[in-house]
Amino acid sequence: MSAAVETGRPVPKDELRGDASPALARAAARARRAPLLPALVFTIVMTQLPFVATLVISFMNWNAYYPDERSFAGIDNFRRVVTDDVIWDAVVTTVELTVTVVVASVILGLLIALLLDRKFWGRGIVRTMLIAPFLVVPVASALVFKHAIYNPEYGLLNGTITWVWGLFGDTTPPQPDWISSFPLLSIQLNLIWQWTPFMMLILLAGLQGRPLDVIEAARIDGAGSWQIFRSMTLPHLRQYIELGALLGSIYVVQNFDAVFTITSGGLGTANLPYTIYTTFYNAQDYGLASAAGVVVVIATIIIATFALRTVSSLFREEGGR
Amino acid sequence: MTAITDVGPIPATRTTAGTPRRDRRPRGTVLLGVLAWLVGLLFLVPVAWMVLTSFHSEADAATNPPSLTAPLTLQGYKEFFGASSGASPWPALANSLSASVGSTVLVLVLAIPAAYALSIRPVRKWTDVMFFFLSTKMLPAVAGLLPIYLFAQFAGLLDNLWWLGLLYTVMNLPIAVWMMRSFLAEVPSEMLEAASMDGAGLVRSLREIIMPVVAPGIAATALICFIFSWNELLFARVLTATVAQTAPVYLTGFVTSQGLFLAKVCAASLVVSLPVLIAGFAAQDKLVQGLSMGAVK
Repeated sequence: MSAAVETGRPVPKDELRGDASPALARAAARARRAPLLPALVFTIVMTQLPFVATLVISFMNWNAYYPDERSFAGIDNFRRVVTDDVIWDAVVTTVELTVTVVVASVILGLLIALLLDRKFWGRGIVRTMLIAPFLVVPVASALVFKHAIYNPEYGLLNGTITWVWGLFGDTTPPQPDWISSFPLLSIQLNLIWQWTPFMMLILLAGLQGRPLDVIEAARIDGAGSWQIFRSMTLPHLRQYIELGALLGSIYVVQNFDAVFTITSGGLGTANLPYTIYTTFYNAQDYGLASAAGVVVVIATIIIATFALRTVSSLFREEGGR
Repeated sequence: MTAITDVGPIPATRTTAGTPRRDRRPRGTVLLGVLAWLVGLLFLVPVAWMVLTSFHSEADAATNPPSLTAPLTLQGYKEFFGASSGASPWPALANSLSASVGSTVLVLVLAIPAAYALSIRPVRKWTDVMFFFLSTKMLPAVAGLLPIYLFAQFAGLLDNLWWLGLLYTVMNLPIAVWMMRSFLAEVPSEMLEAASMDGAGLVRSLREIIMPVVAPGIAATALICFIFSWNELLFARVLTATVAQTAPVYLTGFVTSQGLFLAKVCAASLVVSLPVLIAGFAAQDKLVQGLSMGAVK
C-alpha cells in the first residue's frame, strides 16, 4: 500500500526516513497522526461497535416481547432471513426503487444540465427554481406529495385533470387513486423530483469544466452537434455521471422517509430499511432484524467494493494533478 | 433528444475577437430557453403549490378543481403553531436547531484537524484512511440502529438530544473529512514552507495562510452537515420521544387523517423546510461542492 502515498502530495523524504534517530522519527509520525486520531477513533467506535453488536445479536434468539426467552440461536435467524418472503420482497423493492430513481434522475439531470449550459434570459432564476426540490425537507416533501398532490379527492393531480377535462365540457373526468393504483411509482416520482436537481448540479458543474476550445475546433472541422455530444461531451461527463450515480445510490438505497410517509411500507413498497425498522420497532424481533442487517451489510460491502473502485479512480486523477 | 442536444450555431459571444458580433438569435436557441423555463417551472410546481395551499383556508385548499385565486389567510400557520390544539412546534424546532448546529460544530472541530493530517502533513497510508471514512457512509445506517437503540436504553440516553447530536456527528463526519481534505489540498505548500522558514508557528500559519483559502470550504461543509442533520428522520423517530423530538418527527406526528387539514400540512411542511430553503438558496454555489463531497468545485 506504499504506492498510495505517491498518489498525493509527496511526503518530504527527510521526514519519513528518520535517519537521525528512530525515536525522533516515531515522534514525528506521532505528531502527524495526532490531529487525525480524535475523528478516526470517534468514527471507529460509533460505527464499528454497533455492527459488531448487530453481528452478535443476529446469532441470538431475542424478542423484546418475550425477554425471558433470550438464548443462543445459531444460524436460525439467517435461515429465517433467507426463507422469509417479506425480506426477499424488500430486497427486490429496494433494488427496483434505487435503480429507477438513480437512472431516471441522472438522465433527467443530464438533459436539464444541457439546457442550462446555454445562455438564455433568466438562466440564474431557472437554476434557482430547479434547486428548490432538493431543499424541501424529505419528510415534508413526501407529506405534500401524499396529501396535496396524490390525494384522489382534492390532490393537485386529479384537480388538474378535472380542470382540463372541464375545459372540454367533460363533467366526468377520470379520478384515479394514485397511491393505491401505483404505490411504488408514487414514491419513485417523489424521489426523482427530489434527486434530479442533485444530479443536474453535479453534471452542470461537469459541463462547465469542458474544454471549450477543443469542442470549437471539432465544430470547425465539421463535427455535428450529436457527434460532439457523443464522442466528446459524454466521455468528459462520464466521471461526473459515475459520481452522481454513486452518491445518489448511497442515499436512495437507505431511503426511509418517503416509504414511511407515503405508503407506510404497504402495497409492496416496503424496502429493506423500512422492513428492518418494522421488524425491530414493531415486531421487536431483535434477532431477525439483526440478521437482516448483517445480510444487508454484506451485500453492501460487495456492491461498495465495486463502487469504491470508481471513486478511487477519480481520486487518483485528482491526486495526480 | 436531438432537439435538446442540438446546440445550434456557435453563439456570437464565442467568436474570436475582431469578427463582427452578430446578435441574431436563431429560433432554436429561443425555443430551448423557453423549454428550460418550462422545465424549471414544472419542478417548482409542488413547492409553489405547497406555498399557495399553506395560505388558503382548509375549505379552499380541498376543492376539486383547485381554487387558485381563493383569498389568502394565515389560518394554516396559526393552527400549526397551536391556535386550537395548544400543541406548540417550538420545542421540536428548537431541538432540531440544537442538534443540527451542535453536531455541525462538533463535526468541524473533528474534521478540520483530521483533514489537515490527510492533506497538508499527511500520515502514511492516508488514502486508506480516506476510504475507511467513505466506507462507513456506505454501510446502511439501519443495520446499526438496533444496537444504538439498545445502548441508549441501557445508558439512559433515550429521548436525549445529546445522544442524537453525537449520532448526527458520526453520520456527517466522513462527508466533512472528504470535503475538508479536498479544500485543504488546495493550500499552496510553498506558502506553508515559506511561513515555517520565517518561524511562523502552527497557529499563525493556520490563521494567516490556511484559513483564507479554506474558509469558503468550511462554510460549504457546515451547510451540508446542517441540512443532513436537520432532515434526518429515522434515528430521531426511534431514539426520541416527547422531550427531544425533532421537527421532522413532530411533523409526522402532526399529521392526522381526520377532517380537512391540507392547509395545515402545507404550512407545517413549509415552516419545517424554511431553514434549509434559506440556507440552501443563500449558499447555492456551495451546494454542489458539498453534495459531491468536494469532488466537484
